[in-house]
Amino acid sequence: MSEPSVLLDRAHLEQVLCHLAEEVLAQPWACDPDDLPLLVGIREGGVVVAEELARILSLSLGKKPTVGALDITFYRDDTWLKGPRMTGGHTDLPADLTGQRLLLVDDVLFTGRTVRAALNALVDFGRPRAVLLAALIDRGGRELPIQADVVGLRVDVPAGHTLEVMCDDKGQLRAVLQVPNA
Amino acid sequence: MNQPPTLQLRHLLGLETLDAQQITALLDLAGQMKAVNQRRIKKLPTLRGVTVLTFFVENSTRTKMSFELAAKRLSADVMGFAASTSSLSKGETLLDTARNLEAMAPDIVVIRHSSSGAPHFLAERIGCGIVNAGDGAHEHPTQGLLDIFTMREKLGTLQGKKVAIIGDLAHSRVARSNLHGLHKLGADVHVAGPATMIPPGIEELMCTAHTRVEPAIEGADVVMMLRIQRERQGNDLIPHAHEYHRFFGLDQQRLKLAKPGALVMHPGPMNRGVEIAPEVADGAQSVILQQVENGVAVRMAVLYAVAVTRGLEEKP
Repeated sequence: MSEPSVLLDRAHLEQVLCHLAEEVLAQPWACDPDDLPLLVGIREGGVVVAEELARILSLSLGKKPTVGALDITFYRDDTWLKGPRMTGGHTDLPADLTGQRLLLVDDVLFTGRTVRAALNALVDFGRPRAVLLAALIDRGGRELPIQADVVGLRVDVPAGHTLEVMCDDKGQLRAVLQVPNA
Repeated sequence: MNQPPTLQLRHLLGLETLDAQQITALLDLAGQMKAVNQRRIKKLPTLRGVTVLTFFVENSTRTKMSFELAAKRLSADVMGFAASTSSLSKGETLLDTARNLEAMAPDIVVIRHSSSGAPHFLAERIGCGIVNAGDGAHEHPTQGLLDIFTMREKLGTLQGKKVAIIGDLAHSRVARSNLHGLHKLGADVHVAGPATMIPPGIEELMCTAHTRVEPAIEGADVVMMLRIQRERQGNDLIPHAHEYHRFFGLDQQRLKLAKPGALVMHPGPMNRGVEIAPEVADGAQSVILQQVENGVAVRMAVLYAVAVTRGLEEKP
């Protein structure tokens, strides 16, 4: 069994985040300062990515997009496999998302099951005008027909490995580790 | 990212057998459920395919409705069963009735019974999760949890807070569950009532007992009034309801002894003018209706924890 290795350090992460921001800005739906999409980070990692992304986008847009947080614990399809989880944090979204354009943000896109759960959770907040998906890292291996609209980095991760996104206590991304599963 | 810890809860029989960490985990979970209850679409898909049976061998409206609403908000299927309309009134034993219910394969049975220990009896004998919705004068754990949830929500923490519980401590399962839970979370609990309603040895439940109400209420952060159970033994334990009100009832004058802004609580149903004056029950410090609201969230948390714990065990 191999040891954990560093896939991305902070400097590399900054490049990936900037690339993700460029991809977002290249989309026609992202650039109207009067109609910016609401960034919805999926707890926990997606919220950190969404905050960092909003910071970089604000440099180009002159205005920081609003960031919300979505907890998907009660919408997961593996609850029965992993037991009752205590959630990491509250969902923090406007009460009604009807008519809003949303950019759903996650750290690592893998099987697509997290995004499936997030889409189910979002419709319980109304009927958004559109939901688009941003992933910091797309590692392939989808088990559901879900693809990201914008991606920071595409990588191949060997089977039996997990990508762990590390943050510091200031809510900044620090590194992405490739860790062999126990 | 670290995985949040899990909570294992096979049954909820009482707060006596839970530790502070489990109680805190349930309260945190209830906080998440409360957020769901404040949304426009008050529904989670989590317990799809789970069957919850409410088995109430004693009258209740609020608790039964609260459990049924909680189960529905989690997408469970829920069936109600009341003693007066059941075969129990035809002489069937509790165990036979329960076995018949078990044959319908519910995942969770929520039981209220007039005999202390009935939920424990069933938990040892039938193969589903048992949630105690009140057993005799023993425990009413979800009421205790919702009371503590309400206090924690308003006060931030229970650690070092003075909680006064006034009334019939001898026959109150609500009080007993609160005593267990509050002590574990570090509250300073004082109880008071007529001597006929304070059982000897209550200090063993880690509280301070008073025969007058004033020292219990003085400086309290929370004043919880218990119901005089007039349909049961309540009327035999006190000379007269008016006299009880004069010596033990909570009116505005007595409430002034507590901390400014102290919470006024009551598990319901209230006897207005007996244990609590109407102007206090309806006053600005009363959180009585918020207790009812929080009850749904707390019961969602309990049903979720029990159902998922058991689902995990059945995994092939």
